[in-house]
Amino acid sequence: MFLQNATPAETAELTTPTGLKPPGGARPIIEFERVTVSYGRDAAATQALAESTFRIDHGDFIALVGPSGCGKSTILKLVGGLLTASSGHVFVARREVGAEDVRIGMAFQNPTLLPWLSIRDNVMLPLKIARPFREEWRQKRKTEYRDRADALLAKVGLQDFANKFPWQLSGGMQQRASLCRALIHDPTLLLLDEPFGALDQFTREELWATLQTLWMERRPTVLLVTHDLRESAFLANRIMVMSARPGRILVDEQVDFARPRTLDTTYQPEFTSLTHTLRSLIVAARSGAGAPS
Amino acid sequence: MRAVNREKLASAALIVGVFVLWEVSCLVFGISEIILPRPSQIIATLIDRWPALMPHAVQTLYTTLVGFALGVGAGVVIGLLIGSSRLAYNVAFPLLVGFSSIPKVAVVPIFVLWFGSGTVPAVLTSAIICVFPVVVNMATGLATTEPELEDVLRTLKASKRDILLNVGLPRAMPYFFASLKVAVTLSFVGTVISETVASNRGVGNMMLIASSNFNVPLVFAGLFILAGLGVALYVVFSLIERRVTGWANRKTEFAGG
Repeated sequence: MFLQNATPAETAELTTPTGLKPPGGARPIIEFERVTVSYGRDAAATQALAESTFRIDHGDFIALVGPSGCGKSTILKLVGGLLTASSGHVFVARREVGAEDVRIGMAFQNPTLLPWLSIRDNVMLPLKIARPFREEWRQKRKTEYRDRADALLAKVGLQDFANKFPWQLSGGMQQRASLCRALIHDPTLLLLDEPFGALDQFTREELWATLQTLWMERRPTVLLVTHDLRESAFLANRIMVMSARPGRILVDEQVDFARPRTLDTTYQPEFTSLTHTLRSLIVAARSGAGAPS
Repeated sequence: MRAVNREKLASAALIVGVFVLWEVSCLVFGISEIILPRPSQIIATLIDRWPALMPHAVQTLYTTLVGFALGVGAGVVIGLLIGSSRLAYNVAFPLLVGFSSIPKVAVVPIFVLWFGSGTVPAVLTSAIICVFPVVVNMATGLATTEPELEDVLRTLKASKRDILLNVGLPRAMPYFFASLKVAVTLSFVGTVISETVASNRGVGNMMLIASSNFNVPLVFAGLFILAGLGVALYVVFSLIERRVTGWANRKTEFAGG
């Protein structure tokens, strides 16, 4: 397609054992079968998501990009069980959504930390709620779970802030804590809804690297909704570009830059040409918004 | 810290100043103690008659606390029921507003009719008068919980109970404590009204008898007792509030502890 990989020599140098391809070949974790979503009823109904069918493999890193209001977050909410499809089927780990045993971690554009809990307690929250951790919450909250939270906080540079409260931290630090909370229970599926959207450029780029490191260590399947094309190209293995409302998937593109990617990667001509192509696709999708469907 | 101390000093000075002004104006304008006794006379009466006043004060405090506990308990339960579902909130609110706009004084005769005079109607009046602020605040606290906070738990497959315990209740705590401070003072109002109408004990009854004997300093002594009790309970709840819901005010001493 339009994407060319780095030269073979560079690839050999940059590729890590974790590699690019999902482990164990193509095992789908998410399957959408002719899924649509509309809000409201009958004539007044607005279709948020046009019929969509796609699959996402285990351990992959997917970015969803597209003009605003195109239903990117809708897809995320369907997978997270926060929304039910109007028609069609959403399967997560081969089971219809809602009934599945898959552990999900989610982070939003706002850090959504609970203001009455310390950072550590916020990060530990999934261990208190999600199975199978909750069964042992009482025994392990002061020992194993606590150490686990502290270790994760240290990884994102928040080791000195575990006892602070959310309001005492900057926006970027809160978002780091929110990422920790999404990851503490080792989710198989990590749903990220524009998690870096409200941050400044430098903090954002720092967190890209953090997220990439965490993903390479733990290899959850990541579904990232973002407006930022550089972000999607930097982080994802696969980019799905959506059309304007009612959203549907226009382009489904593999991204083969070697891992770990660095900020230098973003200045390579291949990277620039990829973001440039994505940009023109979205501009085209936006201008198509007014046209009759 | 300096500024805080200065504020405290100023408000203490204001309180003392008001009493001094009261005392001085009574003396300057020669106001009779039958109309308005001076603070010094009231305090003297208070000390002088304390053995006789104490049982009344205890009775009023006891009645108020029992009524307050019942009222807050009922308020929390109703508030939880109404606040935890949007439907219940919308359906039940008009009825609740109707109930709460009835002047509670008007129900005292009904309680007397049902339970006779004495402690029971006083407890019930005190309870019913503080139910509504608690209900409204609990329900509002729960109903205004940010959906994003609930979403965090829902992706973890939390039950409704998990969400209530981990998000709803802590989120509603500042509202709850705000209502407690209102409720505890209202609760005194309820008790005293009921004691005035139908009781042979309590500060309300004592004041009624004193005023029919034109013992105005004693009436004011009763007022002072009520004010003292009210302030004491308010302070107690403020202190608890600060420990529990410091996060809502971003108190530094909360963060430190």
